[in-house]
Amino acid sequence: MKIAVTSKGPDLESQLDPRFGRAAYIIIVDPETLEFEAIDNSENVNAFKGAGIQAATAVSDKGASVLLTGFCGPNAFKVLDAGKIKVVNDAKGTIKDAVRSFNDGKLSFSDGANVEGHWT
Amino acid sequence: MIISVASGKGGTGKTTVATNLAFSIGADVRIMDCDVEEPNAHLFLKPEIEEKSIVFTPVPEIDEEKCTFCKKCAEICRFRAIAVMDQIVLTFPELCHSCGGCVAVCPEDAISEIGRELGIMEKGRVNGIDFAHGKLRIGEAMSPPLIRKVRSSVESDKGQLGEKNVGKINIIDAPPGTSCPVIAAMKGTDFVLMVTEPTPFGLHDLKLAVEAVKLLGIPAGLVINRADIGDDTVKEYARKEKLPVLMEIPFDRKIAEVYSKGELIVEKMPEWKDKFRDLYRQINEIGSVKSASHKEK
Repeated sequence: MKIAVTSKGPDLESQLDPRFGRAAYIIIVDPETLEFEAIDNSENVNAFKGAGIQAATAVSDKGASVLLTGFCGPNAFKVLDAGKIKVVNDAKGTIKDAVRSFNDGKLSFSDGANVEGHWT
Repeated sequence: MIISVASGKGGTGKTTVATNLAFSIGADVRIMDCDVEEPNAHLFLKPEIEEKSIVFTPVPEIDEEKCTFCKKCAEICRFRAIAVMDQIVLTFPELCHSCGGCVAVCPEDAISEIGRELGIMEKGRVNGIDFAHGKLRIGEAMSPPLIRKVRSSVESDKGQLGEKNVGKINIIDAPPGTSCPVIAAMKGTDFVLMVTEPTPFGLHDLKLAVEAVKLLGIPAGLVINRADIGDDTVKEYARKEKLPVLMEIPFDRKIAEVYSKGELIVEKMPEWKDKFRDLYRQINEIGSVKSASHKEK
């Protein structure tokens, strides 16, 4: 199993980046072994439109089945939902903390977007 | 001749100038209200609407039977209106700018275009003036295609004026701001009449609008509305930019009352009719001098 966590830095000690589409990095991590891969999301940070859609597609392409983040908009949620990726949108702390909370069953999955889209 | 009336700042008097100008010229005039988010020229002109049509913009529809999920459509779309994952393709019609790129690159011929409703266009007439406006659907964010539709319905392409267009004076009431909708309304016009007010807000937004007009290379002139309030900085700026001040409208209670009742200044205060005719004469002069010198180049 792999989970995706939005991150301000490229390693597990970094703080979770609450933004999804425009997070600095997306870390794909195995919650049991803590083996991870950091995806540089800088191209998306300054995207004109559709950063969430792009990031959600990237998470799906990496085969993650869970996403831990802070805010997730409606378009990103639609893509994640279609890709059967479960979303936690109130995760906090370092990447390690967030993964630990997830392992301990302390996080609950969201059933919808928790922020408005940006075109409105 | 196509005159666009723009401002930068909202509420400076674009519609007041556009409608009164149209009414003063009288014959062979068309007015197009391209402020499709909140059209209001009809409130002053009260045209009889003769034609109403729904305006659509093309967006992709994907045939999942044919789609091989190759992602070429998603890669070409700079607006991210298509997302392709393993065996799943999603479209976001509200993000689509109708460029047709996805249709062109699809190797499987799996994408066709369907219409997404943008709003309506209405056409009519009043006192010999041809009238057209667009009304953007509530909740819709994409106005440029509707603006172009309103323009193309009554105005032929610049440089290819059809016979029926020769001698017609087209006036476009543009939306405020300096972004895509304004560019869609000003692009290809012969003259931009900029309406501003002598306040710091008016000047700030005027500067932005003038920069946009410069990029488009269209001759421009200024109308200063509520000219006796504020300060002289707009006039100083106009002098510096060699932007001619073609008309000044005072901050006058009677004008405000006429406006508030949805009436035309030139009808209720006939002395203004000559002033607006003179405004047109000046636009015509500047427009023809500039276009002649342009041709020499």
